[in-house]
Amino acid sequence: MDAQRGLEKLAGYPFHILTWVGDDGYPLSVAIEATVDPAAGTASFRPPAGLTVPLDREVSLTGSHIHPKPGYGYDERRHVTVWGRTAPAGPSDTIRVEAVQAWGWDEAEVPFFEYSERTVGQSRRYLRGLSERTGRVVRPRLSFGWLALRATRLPFLSATIVPVLLGIFIAAAQGFFDLGAALLTIVGGFAVHLGLNVANDVFDTRSGADDANVNPTPYSGGSRVIQYGLVTLRQMATISFAFYALAAAIGLYLLATRGSVALLVIGVLGFVVSIGYTAPPLKLVYRGVGEFAVALGFGPLMLLGAYVVQTRGLVSAEALVASLPVAILTALILYVNEIPDRGGDAAAGKRTLPVRLPKNVVINAYAIAASAAFAFVVAGVIAGLLPIPALLALVALPLVRQVYGGLKQMYDSPYGLMSVMAVNIRLHLIVGGLLLLAYLAVIVMSAVAPGTPLFLRR
Amino acid sequence: MSWLPEPVERLLDAALVGELTVVRADGRPITYPLIPLRDGDRVYMTSSILFSRKLEHLRRDPRVSVSLTDPVALGGQPGRATIQGDAQLIEDDPHVDWEQVLPIWLEKEPAIGAFLKQRVALPLFFERSLIEITPRRVLYWADGRTDTPPQVFIAPVSTAGEEAA
Repeated sequence: MDAQRGLEKLAGYPFHILTWVGDDGYPLSVAIEATVDPAAGTASFRPPAGLTVPLDREVSLTGSHIHPKPGYGYDERRHVTVWGRTAPAGPSDTIRVEAVQAWGWDEAEVPFFEYSERTVGQSRRYLRGLSERTGRVVRPRLSFGWLALRATRLPFLSATIVPVLLGIFIAAAQGFFDLGAALLTIVGGFAVHLGLNVANDVFDTRSGADDANVNPTPYSGGSRVIQYGLVTLRQMATISFAFYALAAAIGLYLLATRGSVALLVIGVLGFVVSIGYTAPPLKLVYRGVGEFAVALGFGPLMLLGAYVVQTRGLVSAEALVASLPVAILTALILYVNEIPDRGGDAAAGKRTLPVRLPKNVVINAYAIAASAAFAFVVAGVIAGLLPIPALLALVALPLVRQVYGGLKQMYDSPYGLMSVMAVNIRLHLIVGGLLLLAYLAVIVMSAVAPGTPLFLRR
Repeated sequence: MSWLPEPVERLLDAALVGELTVVRADGRPITYPLIPLRDGDRVYMTSSILFSRKLEHLRRDPRVSVSLTDPVALGGQPGRATIQGDAQLIEDDPHVDWEQVLPIWLEKEPAIGAFLKQRVALPLFFERSLIEITPRRVLYWADGRTDTPPQVFIAPVSTAGEEAA
């Protein structure tokens, strides 16, 4: 910050800490009450009693504030320091400082998480220096469990488990069920998703998108494990490859045992969309179709893939319709999570929808798309493709309104958006969970009370 | 056995924030608000590697001052103090070295325990260097008024001698 801004901030503190370096080389700090004049670019004060403040020497004036919170600690942290050279101010012993430079931080202006993110480069320099001084590589550490959780972004697997289970449940409701194949499908789906998450970090690091993002949240901005020096780029690339290799092996096994052309098409498309999401040459997310790729991958491809494995090649309109609300709500997770990332994404050339569209369009498009997800459920039930209990999903509608309101209020506050992103993820989980419950009801009823009408037109 | 004046120890023990001042390469002083932790006659502060510029300054020039100035951060105590001393960095392993002062830190800032449990969310914040300050001179203003001369306390020679050895 410039000196005048520093003085303006300094003027807001009830007292100031005057600091100079004594002739013995030790700094000395004393509380004083300075008269700060930002317009004149100066601060003046009476020197503390019994101490000699040197003239014509660089000193600093600091203001510091916290708000104690008993039993917790403190918050409302802010501080500012202004530097200048001392000079006598008139006939009295008053000393004047002409401000030349200032520095400070106010967590109300720059949240702590952003402040920390902006200094990640400094931590890298520190660790490099410490490694050189100690003659061994010093790196930050996390336990294996935490590191695995963070590097793979494991909690996001909910986006995979919903469509895969739904595909399996729909097939089971139609009389197809193979437990071994179901388990393999789940593991394969997880492997593709984790491979995608890790690959996304690799390519976003190579493009500079993750480095440019200083507002990451638990839901957006990547895992940061490469930026923080917890895992190397090469290690992440290897991990991603391993997940994809596992998924490919499972996919090939299922293909060999099913012999389904539909499964082959779904599998190939799934790999292309997953790898091509961030990887060249496709780089779908950089070309502005990332949200649609995610909708396709985590909706029809995952759900139909799981369904086709169970039915050994059959494809149904029911499974396709059931995948549409899931596809939309999963894409909306990405869509909302892209909002706080839009600055970094734009800098790295990622043309996501929140990068390309103005705020009001982004928010209204959310409301329209989320409503469409519910409309597909209702239309599917009316058409007799989805079971009547699927209408239970409508109980999640108020969450759409909650996210919509949150977006309007917090659009420009990355950390304020965290709670909105959490509600949006919950929306996907609740709708997915209720659709699963609806099909569970169909499976149970067909076993205990066959013939019970659970579809409008069957 | 601590030689620090008892009222200054009370200020140190209560302080949620003290101002650590170090000397930059260009000779300018620079001040960082940090939580001071006392153990005997040593003052400890910790710094995340995220905010490690102060550590570079300290490595070049270990002479520091720690001021306790804000009655709000001192639990309402009116006194003020400034401690001049020599800093030593303990940073062999930034992952764990600082944890030796964790019990004192938790007493002042219980929230840090909850943050530490969520270490995965802030991994670099909890890679920290420990700053151990050996006080050499203490200035104390009992009523906090610095328009009156401070009481000055100098470290006993034996303490300085031990350190020199």
